[in-house]
Amino acid sequence: MLRLDGIAAGYGRTNCLHGVSLEVREGEVVALLGANGAGKTTTLMAISGLVPVRQGRVVFQGRALGGLPPADVVGLGISHVPEGRRILPRLTVLENLELGGYLRRDRPALRQDLERLYELFPVLGERRRQLAGTLSGGEQQMLAIARGLMARPKLLLLDEPSLGLSPKLVVTIFETIARLNREGMTILLVEQNAYLALRIAHRGYVLEAGRLALTDTAPNLAQNPQVKSAYLGG
Amino acid sequence: MAALPLVYPHPYHLDVLTTSLLYALLALGLNLIVGLTGVLHLGYAAFFAIGAYTYGLLNLRAGWPFWPSLVPAAAVAGLFGVGIGLPALRVRGDYLAIVTLGFGEIVRIAFTNLERWTGGPNGLLGIDHPRLWWPGHGIFDFGVASAPYYYLVCAAVILAAALCVRLSRSRIGRAWVAIREDELAAACAGIPVLQLKLLAQGCGGAIAGLAGAVFAAKQGTITPDSFDFILSVMVLAMVVLGGLGSVRGAIVGALVLGSLPELLRGFDQYRMLAFGLAMIVIMRLRPQGLFGRSSHASAA
Repeated sequence: MLRLDGIAAGYGRTNCLHGVSLEVREGEVVALLGANGAGKTTTLMAISGLVPVRQGRVVFQGRALGGLPPADVVGLGISHVPEGRRILPRLTVLENLELGGYLRRDRPALRQDLERLYELFPVLGERRRQLAGTLSGGEQQMLAIARGLMARPKLLLLDEPSLGLSPKLVVTIFETIARLNREGMTILLVEQNAYLALRIAHRGYVLEAGRLALTDTAPNLAQNPQVKSAYLGG
Repeated sequence: MAALPLVYPHPYHLDVLTTSLLYALLALGLNLIVGLTGVLHLGYAAFFAIGAYTYGLLNLRAGWPFWPSLVPAAAVAGLFGVGIGLPALRVRGDYLAIVTLGFGEIVRIAFTNLERWTGGPNGLLGIDHPRLWWPGHGIFDFGVASAPYYYLVCAAVILAAALCVRLSRSRIGRAWVAIREDELAAACAGIPVLQLKLLAQGCGGAIAGLAGAVFAAKQGTITPDSFDFILSVMVLAMVVLGGLGSVRGAIVGALVLGSLPELLRGFDQYRMLAFGLAMIVIMRLRPQGLFGRSSHASAA
């Protein structure tokens, strides 16, 4: 579904990625692991057009994305849920969700999707008129994911969904992600919490200093001594 | 409000009110850029100047009357908004403030120095007042009376306010607000951020251009120093005082700040001191502005 071929990307004059290649197949959850500054977020931003790709190719469903602005990438079916949630605290929950469906013109279907998301995340339905900033951290993460889903993506890019959440909430979020995947969503997941990420992922990639260090199936990565010592605390 | 000149025809007060309403027109335009889209613009007076000089030059050099000149005045100022936005919007925050400030100064200085066309520091003299065909009265010249301009500016403010309300409730308006609240989140949702920022600059510039043409027609004379940095700051203060993003706020903010210096004439030489104090007090009491959407939510 998505293939990166040796991409180099970065901010200003410096590159943070030096030839990263990876693949996400339809129906998969793929975990992208690595230490701080390894280039995980930059990889997602390169896919969604938020940072320019200087070398290599990004191909989504047979179409090269190189140089497309973020709006077009969203239009093709890639939704990016950015790191730190980035909900709009001064707008209501509903207004945040409507933002996610910005590019869509199919009103009745939008309304249906909204109802479906309220079923998936009942708390958002209860609080649809509330300012998003008054939600708890976990609820805000749900909102961020729901907003991403409002674009009806074929591929969901999730950047650190567990960031700043209590362990209990992290488990809830990951259960939600696993459920989305069971219902057919393809997901590329960037996570610091390698343990949980590898439990719901099918395959994983490990980035180190902007380069691919390892790739394997999720169970194998979880057993890999290198990964264990570096990211799994043992 | 509309019948005011009939019941209360004092020309001085009417004139102060007309000037305040002209400010309101500017505040409405700047509100699209700063209030809704969140792009800090410190050179807004330049668009006002461009509109004024567009009408002034068309009138003096080509004999254009007032009404048809409104179209090019708005269009030229709007195009300048988009044109300056293209390079300026590549930078953010403090740098953008500096670039827009520079733009405002460059335009004013250009009008001062392009003597051959703009009359330099002396400006343009003898610009025609608007003329209107009135049933039963034939051609009516606005001249130097106060009431006709009051009506004209009133109508312009009502039209611009209606347009701004419609815009802010539209898809475009909601996208502007999303950009203001969080640019990255807006981009992730598929909003073409740069295009929408340019559109805001274009619309805001066009409204200021319109105001400029009205100003030139009312004054009959325009000089570059009518369009200085202080004007940009005053209009910005009106938008902030009214509440960022609020159409009502922009109008009320302009009426308050526009008429306050006149109301404070009693303070004599301490007038501007009292004016500054009043501004500080208002902003302490209502930091979100008079009509701003209050936010009890912390940006967690």
